[in-house]
Amino acid sequence: MRRVITVTVINQSGVLNRVTGLLMKRQFNIESITVGHTEQHGISKMTFIVNVEDQAKIEQLVKQLSKQIDVIKVNDITDKSIVMRELALIKVVAPPNLRSEINSIVEPFRGSIIDMGKNVITYQIVGNPEKIDAFIELIRPYGIKELTRTGATAFVRDAQLKPSAQLSILQ
Amino acid sequence: MSAQVQLKKQSATEQEVDQECKASKTGAEIFIESLQNQGVEIIFGYPGGAVLPLYDALYRNPIKHILARHEQGAIHAAEGYARVSGKPGVVIATSGPGATNLVTGITDAMMDSLPLVVFTGQVATTVVGTDAFQEADIIGITQPITKHNYQVKNVQDLPRIVKEAFHIASTGRRGPVVVDIPKNIANAIFDSDAVEEASINLPGYQPTLHPNYLQIKKAVSLLSTAKQPLVLVGAGVLAADASKELTEFVEKYNFPVVNTLLGLGSIAGNHKLFLGMAGMHGTFTANMAINNCDVLLNIGSRFDDRLTGNLKKFAPNAKVIHIDIDPAEIGKNVPTEIPIVADAKEALLSLLEQTFEVQDLTLWHEYLHECQEECPLWYEDDGDGTIYPQFAVETIGRLTNGEAIITTDVGQHQMWTAQYYSFKKDHHWVTSGGLGTMGFGFPAAIGAQFAYPDKKVISIVGDAGFQMTLQELSLLKEFKLPVKIFILNNSCLGMVRQWQETFYDERYSSSLMPVQPDFVKLAEAYGIKGYKVEKVDEMEAIFKEAIESDEPTLVDCRVKELTLVNPMVAPGKGLAEMIGVKKG
Repeated sequence: MRRVITVTVINQSGVLNRVTGLLMKRQFNIESITVGHTEQHGISKMTFIVNVEDQAKIEQLVKQLSKQIDVIKVNDITDKSIVMRELALIKVVAPPNLRSEINSIVEPFRGSIIDMGKNVITYQIVGNPEKIDAFIELIRPYGIKELTRTGATAFVRDAQLKPSAQLSILQ
Repeated sequence: MSAQVQLKKQSATEQEVDQECKASKTGAEIFIESLQNQGVEIIFGYPGGAVLPLYDALYRNPIKHILARHEQGAIHAAEGYARVSGKPGVVIATSGPGATNLVTGITDAMMDSLPLVVFTGQVATTVVGTDAFQEADIIGITQPITKHNYQVKNVQDLPRIVKEAFHIASTGRRGPVVVDIPKNIANAIFDSDAVEEASINLPGYQPTLHPNYLQIKKAVSLLSTAKQPLVLVGAGVLAADASKELTEFVEKYNFPVVNTLLGLGSIAGNHKLFLGMAGMHGTFTANMAINNCDVLLNIGSRFDDRLTGNLKKFAPNAKVIHIDIDPAEIGKNVPTEIPIVADAKEALLSLLEQTFEVQDLTLWHEYLHECQEECPLWYEDDGDGTIYPQFAVETIGRLTNGEAIITTDVGQHQMWTAQYYSFKKDHHWVTSGGLGTMGFGFPAAIGAQFAYPDKKVISIVGDAGFQMTLQELSLLKEFKLPVKIFILNNSCLGMVRQWQETFYDERYSSSLMPVQPDFVKLAEAYGIKGYKVEKVDEMEAIFKEAIESDEPTLVDCRVKELTLVNPMVAPGKGLAEMIGVKKG
């Protein structure tokens, strides 16, 4: 099961290490992790995506994280209505004769060009991780020179609607 | 320079001097003051370069400092002190090797939820991270083995951190807290006298002590349906000082009780409702009780694998009610019907407030009684005059009337003590349960004796484990501690040998110790009276003399070498599949 967990922590040195160390000790496999400041001074928020086998394991994960002294709150937001975004920077081989073709792929994903070279273009793309995966697969045949992703960050939407099946990856 | 300006300058300097006099305390002095505010009376430790300022501030201070002969001895002593007194054990060690020598003790305290506050020295912040002389990243090293840890980065934070450290170590599920103090922080000038004012600010730490009322109601209604109820009691009851409430509760409803290894003493060993220790080397009756119960009320035990055996076969018919102060323990190993997050004492008091009807338990008690009658603990004595270790433990139990504080390491001697020493009182059993640390028992006895100078403290150890920390014998002489050491000497690593015999075709790979020191002479070298006992007919007299003596004594008791700990649940087996059970 892929779960999205947010952890609100007191921003002290070593806190990221504490959380990842705990996950390592308890054998949880982290897919992605992001950390950053929040609207409150001294409070940071982590978002991580983990793969766990079952409900009992996810419960254990939340409980173990909650036990940490520097951790204020832990939420498993997977089943909620959430906004989730990840940023990817992708340097693609793009000789002049193929540029318009590549751009036609980029456009529906609302990616933007942030750097350009003689034969390469660097795109920035923002969206949920699946959208980025899909984009990468489409662009791969042209030749990816370099790729970096931030990992997902997320929180729950203001209005909690009944979650419906996602129809499009182009959110 | 005009006279006026000069005057102004002079008064400014005077002011500065005044200011400095008023608050010219160093970090180290503030640190010691903070310890005094926490009511610390005794520290176990070992000095070194990075903690010299702390030791200097300790000089002629009323807080007693016990100089162990190895940091591991210091921390195990602090654990023994914490276990019997309930107060946090305090340890100081220097940076680098001093700090790393504490790692085993910190882990041991973490596994057994003992309150410890450990202060380690650190190189100056100016050189932290440069691989300086005697630098070790003790914060990184101890992160997975502490309840929490701190590095003090600003001397102004020191009083607050000390206060928080004691608070975290001794509340909720207790555990070790490490505070790393760089040398320049200890030397820095603290610029106000705000030690008293330091306030705890821990928004992420709010232990739940009071049980949820609805959950208690649910537990009560489940218990009232039980035809074969069982109460499993772990160290949580001892940590909460709830032995009295436990006994009252089980007596009120006539519920049978089993203990975990660390829970021993929470109910008197000779209580009629007590079925003994459960688990790998538990009694047949205790394990059959778990196997056959229909409602299992677990109070303060974490369902350790040495208790449960194969989880798939654990308490197959039981609905589980689990009371634990640590929510993460509930449902971790065993699926739980009714989770109750609470301090054991609070939970028991809530249960006692309720009055409910229970089913007729006559048949259940009859069955358990039959088990006890038919398959009691047993050992064979072939009558050749050698001493059986179980008999040695029984004799110690008889001679102390089950009222001594007993400490052990891990291994065969530990299990025999758990099985054959019938504890009459709580807080009298100090053993390394979760981590299973050899070398723990003897220094732990020293700590226990410091906590209770007037009580009889006995350390039952194996010949191998004792050799890991025996240098602490010096302390017995130095502080006139009347600790009694009983070495159940079988010239081998007993439990390792037992497993090699049982599961590895008697291939005794590196488990035999045919060459042993002369323990009597060794004791004498440290200025302690030593006895050697080899025959059963001389045992009682020597044991009696040793136990009744007011002096520290060591008894090298040579026991039958090839004795096994029985009965046993083999690894991977269920509690109902015990081997080594004998019909009595």
